[in-house]
Amino acid sequence: MSAVHVAPVRVATGTLADDWRAVKVVWKRELIRFRRNKPRILTSLAQPVLFLFVLGTGLSHLLPGGSGYDFRTFMFPGVISMTILFTAIFSAVSIVWDREFGFLREMLVAPSRRWAIMVGKAAGGATVATMQGVIILALAGTVHVPYSPLLLLTLLGEMALAAFMLTSFGLMLASRIRSVESFQVVMQLFVLPMFFLAGAVFPLTGLPTWLAVLTRFDPLAYAVGPMRHAVFAHASLPPAVAAKLNTSITWNGWPLPVGLALVLVAVAGLVLLGVAIVRFSKTD
Amino acid sequence: MNDLNGAAVTVEHLGKSFDDLVAVDDVSFEVAVGESFGFLGPNGAGKSTTINILCTLLTPTLGHATVAGFDVVRQAADVRRHIGLVFQDPTLDEYLTAEENLRFHAELYGVPRETAEQRLRDVLEMVELWERRASVVATFSGGMRRRLEIARGLLHSPRVLFLDEPTVGLDPQTRAHIWEYIEELRRREAITIFLTTHYMEEAEHCDRIAIIDHGKIVAMDSPDALKAKVGRDRIELRTADDDDAMSQLRDRLDLEPTIAEGAVRFYVRDGDAFVPRLFAALTVPILSVSLAHPTLDDVFMHYTGRTIRDSEASSSERLASHPFVRRRMGARR
Repeated sequence: MSAVHVAPVRVATGTLADDWRAVKVVWKRELIRFRRNKPRILTSLAQPVLFLFVLGTGLSHLLPGGSGYDFRTFMFPGVISMTILFTAIFSAVSIVWDREFGFLREMLVAPSRRWAIMVGKAAGGATVATMQGVIILALAGTVHVPYSPLLLLTLLGEMALAAFMLTSFGLMLASRIRSVESFQVVMQLFVLPMFFLAGAVFPLTGLPTWLAVLTRFDPLAYAVGPMRHAVFAHASLPPAVAAKLNTSITWNGWPLPVGLALVLVAVAGLVLLGVAIVRFSKTD
Repeated sequence: MNDLNGAAVTVEHLGKSFDDLVAVDDVSFEVAVGESFGFLGPNGAGKSTTINILCTLLTPTLGHATVAGFDVVRQAADVRRHIGLVFQDPTLDEYLTAEENLRFHAELYGVPRETAEQRLRDVLEMVELWERRASVVATFSGGMRRRLEIARGLLHSPRVLFLDEPTVGLDPQTRAHIWEYIEELRRREAITIFLTTHYMEEAEHCDRIAIIDHGKIVAMDSPDALKAKVGRDRIELRTADDDDAMSQLRDRLDLEPTIAEGAVRFYVRDGDAFVPRLFAALTVPILSVSLAHPTLDDVFMHYTGRTIRDSEASSSERLASHPFVRRRMGARR
């Protein structure tokens, strides 16, 4: 051996600490990429703003005059959830782009375990989606939602939970998808229905049975409900209006408590992430 | 792998099939620690499939392989910790800076923070990208990206560095440059290099090469030994009197010279040693002598009956009709 010198580098030995480092660095990469992609931040804000101020203002005129409230107050939590939905799915699709541009290989050949990469991706996507949600949150005042610290904190927590669940959903879809084209098909198939069925733009009460049943299967509905509950608790609305619009999801007539709805969102997120990890860990 | 005298890579009766296509067919070889070993063959001959099995990205259909002392199937994670990889397709994140790409790698491979800083600087300086460390990779040329990938592959001090077509798609000057880095690397680190290439001239850099064709190894030895097995060197003479020179070559040296392109041409074994004898034997004034050694192209021709360019065409046709490969090729664009 003509070896001169080998730097004594210890590499990952497969401990939990190593996996934790992998989670953190994958998360950090998502944040760096988000920060560097300014056009993406702006374009993904355009749609919610359009919904809130154009669609929301337009729909307000359908309401009987002098109803004493702003319809956009009702829409506000829905528009926040929409921002989170699109950003989270977009972040999850980055795994398909990583495959397309080869960077996924760098992650796949590393000694770190696959679950660590997926958990990092989920955390990264959820953080980015929550940050986009916060930008929309800043518009609260324009639609008569007060900037109460308690409300903002509650919404922040609920947004983060929804963002985690939606990123996991996106990762589950993206984990075995090889091309960007097929992901777009999947998007159309799942994302818009998920948005419409969540009660983001209309209340989930008094719907025909088939539609009511469908909405109960939309995990996003269980995040929109609690957000609206929080907004209505702080916005000053006529009690009659609040009673009509601020209805919780019911299971066979039983109104689901806010806490339970949020637990369901968390559980859905964990299950979806689990499925994503299993699907992602399969090798060729 | 604790035994430095052991083999860095062992491959026993390795086979890999995709449906009906046999990509690797009963391949066996060993690579010694510190050796640079080249896998040479046309595209689609089985080079990348073999390398993908060795770096645990594919599971073999048949046979066994170890890398750095670990079994590539049963101890995949251990193998991964001890190898560095540079693929023929780019695997950098263009949105990140050079430094961020390396840091990502260091974290993923669990390089301790106290050594990571120094190591990061060492490898970036080696490929002369330290000054550009804060630039986003999107601004890098093809050659710079390849250099950065090589630096990244070395960051965690792997025992074996796999280079899959490390210079494909680069201009000749950049390719020469990349080879300088690889040579430098071998001087500085006790590292085994396993590379694939279909550039014949590049295989000359290896201690030993294996020629692979249609999934089988058809020849394996040092480049010089392979060329010696194939054959003879070509000597061309320009003389004051070609006819006289020809008859002297025939009579005194027992050769069969011909006239080609205005020069006297003949073939001998070990031409370097023959040239002094030539001067002693011939009385005709010699104006110039040119000596050409056999190339690895000649070697490939000798073992497969085709030039590597011919096989290139037939192999890619053979593979393009295969769905698995078509998908991979498509993804590359």
